[in-house]
Amino acid sequence: MASDQKVLEVNDLNVHYFTPRGAVIAANAVNLYVKEGEIVGLVGESGCGKTTVAMSILQMVSAPGRIVGGEIKIEGQNIVNLPEKELRKIRWRKLALIPQGAMNSLNPVIKIREQMEDGITAHEKVRGVALRDKVFKLLNDVGLPERVYNMFPHELSGGMKQRVCIAMAVALNPVIIIADEPTSALDVVVQRVVAQTLLDVKTRLGVSMIMIGHDMGLQAQMVDRVAVMYAGNLVEVGPVGSIFEHPYHPYTRLLIDAIPSTKQKKSLKVTEGLTHDLRNPPRGCCFQFRCPFVRDACREKPPAFKQMAPDHFVACVQY
Amino acid sequence: MGGLTRSYFIQRVLMFFLTIWIGVTLTFVIPRLSGSDPTTAMLLTMMNQRGYVENADKIIESYKTSFGLNDPLPIQYIRYLGHVVRFDYGFSFARFPTAAWDMVTPALPWTLILLSVAAVLSFLIGVTVGSLMGWRKTPRWLQSILPISLTFTSIPYFMFGILLISIIAFKLHWLPATGGYSRSVDPGWNLPFIKDVLLHAVLPLISIVLTSMGGWALGMRGLMIGVNNEDYFLLAQAKGLSPARVFFRYGIRNAILPALTAFALGIGSLIGGSILVEFIFAYPGTGYTLYRAIQEQDYTVIQTITNLIIIITAAGVLILDLLYPLIDPRITYKRNVAS
Ligand SMILES: Nc1ncnc2c1ncn2[C@@H]1O[C@H](COP(=O)(O)OP(=O)(O)OP(=O)(O)O)[C@@H](O)[C@H]1O
Ligand SMILES: [Mg+2]
Repeated sequence: MASDQKVLEVNDLNVHYFTPRGAVIAANAVNLYVKEGEIVGLVGESGCGKTTVAMSILQMVSAPGRIVGGEIKIEGQNIVNLPEKELRKIRWRKLALIPQGAMNSLNPVIKIREQMEDGITAHEKVRGVALRDKVFKLLNDVGLPERVYNMFPHELSGGMKQRVCIAMAVALNPVIIIADEPTSALDVVVQRVVAQTLLDVKTRLGVSMIMIGHDMGLQAQMVDRVAVMYAGNLVEVGPVGSIFEHPYHPYTRLLIDAIPSTKQKKSLKVTEGLTHDLRNPPRGCCFQFRCPFVRDACREKPPAFKQMAPDHFVACVQY
Repeated sequence: MGGLTRSYFIQRVLMFFLTIWIGVTLTFVIPRLSGSDPTTAMLLTMMNQRGYVENADKIIESYKTSFGLNDPLPIQYIRYLGHVVRFDYGFSFARFPTAAWDMVTPALPWTLILLSVAAVLSFLIGVTVGSLMGWRKTPRWLQSILPISLTFTSIPYFMFGILLISIIAFKLHWLPATGGYSRSVDPGWNLPFIKDVLLHAVLPLISIVLTSMGGWALGMRGLMIGVNNEDYFLLAQAKGLSPARVFFRYGIRNAILPALTAFALGIGSLIGGSILVEFIFAYPGTGYTLYRAIQEQDYTVIQTITNLIIIITAAGVLILDLLYPLIDPRITYKRNVAS
């Protein structure tokens, strides 16, 4: 279903958070693209910079963070350093967000209807009955009853809130949706329901998506390609089948091994070693402190990406 | 659904009366705990004025009888509650034939108008300044000049008042220094009088507003910074809404809720705090009256004014409580779940 048209390109993205005790390098030379109609999964443990990459794409990195280098291209147009006014036109119409905190993404004191409508009216001239019908349709599409229209967020369950967010994100038929852990704040059953809703909407609209998560199991079922991130660096990118069949990077293997299974009883793998301080990354490979196969070459210079299979790249000196 | 439910309404109104009851009971109890006897004190004043007072004992006794101070405490208390309900506390202690209430009423409009205008102005300005200081998208130049408006916060407002009087009134002669209006105008609904009253109100108003808005600004700045990091605030920006809409609907709208509570609670302390301002500006308000009543140990007048402050504060809180479900739909919900 994916065509070869690249709707989003992230080229050499570098993002630093300038803290009083030094710059946190939260994204280091990140390269990523999303093709039309494709879902790319961005995985990695907490703090590895997934949200940072997502917010960079929206040009909304929170202070003291700043994009210090690289390009973000939406349909070929570089939007880094675009004036705020131009960005406002691109946001939501081309680039929509399903934010990380499912529970707090909606303003608690404003009705759902208004929160859904303002995103639409900021970009399109729809008013009155047409607007209301549009919102009703969006609610229906994500499986919510029409009465949600007049409710406040606190009257909805977590899953319902997240579905409102999905409905909001697709309202303007954007080019790409960035879903930052859209299901991780929900319980397992609701997670599946929301994930399914997301997939349904995606299939119907053919929209492209970046889906952030740390659950490889859920990713396996939803995405077309996976990008694995560790400590601000991408370490492996490839089609989901290829990655699960043959994970090349030791960190990718660790993530796949961490998927719980009922068939075999695994000992819970506890993190071996800690991630280094992102303020002063080591010379060489970013994974060297936790890698079971670490050797001298790893400490010298960062490994370059190598193609291992069609569309499947890994950055590791072993290959 | 949000909005006002009946049980919430009843609960709040009961709370209103309970607060007042506790408050007025304290104003009954505290003077009686102080141990000083108002009648003796008054007699001492009379003696100071006239040198010698005949039949001092008898005077004290007759005072005590006419004010009911010889009755057992429960009876006094019940009679006192009657006073509270009727808003009539009997005669002024210090200026006997005058009713206590009559000593307060002329002062009331002055204070109410001056203070409500001052309170609302300082709240509005403070909230605006604070919100702008706490908002990331505020233009740099504005960010850098806003803190200047907080310079006066650290000055106590009576000091600031004195400063204003000496510079603006005495040196520059721009505005009248003291009083509520000049002797040269006729009190009433005529233009010269109204203009005169407004001119007299400027300096007290400025001294209250400039010195108290900083508190609101600092509080609001913190609240706004908190809201800046909320997910819904980020989402509002991601939606490409206009900065003004993000600022008002998703910023101030949420950040102001705790500030409103503080505002309602602050009404009482504002009245208390205005005593000094009214004193410095010789403003004919209740603060000034209260000051004089305390000096003269005029208990009935003191009680009238303190109970008035209690009722006004409680009413402020009640009004806010009733409005709150309309501005924060979560409130009724929570209460209903709890009860
Ligand atoms: N405002 C900030 N100031 C300083 N450092 C920050 C800031 N925000 C993020 N960071 C740092 O940047 C790194 C990446 O953070 P980010 O939020 O992108 O991680 P994440 O992968 O989304 O994690 P999670 O799965 O927990 O959401 C972290 O190490 C974090 O400490
Ligand atoms: Mg994150």
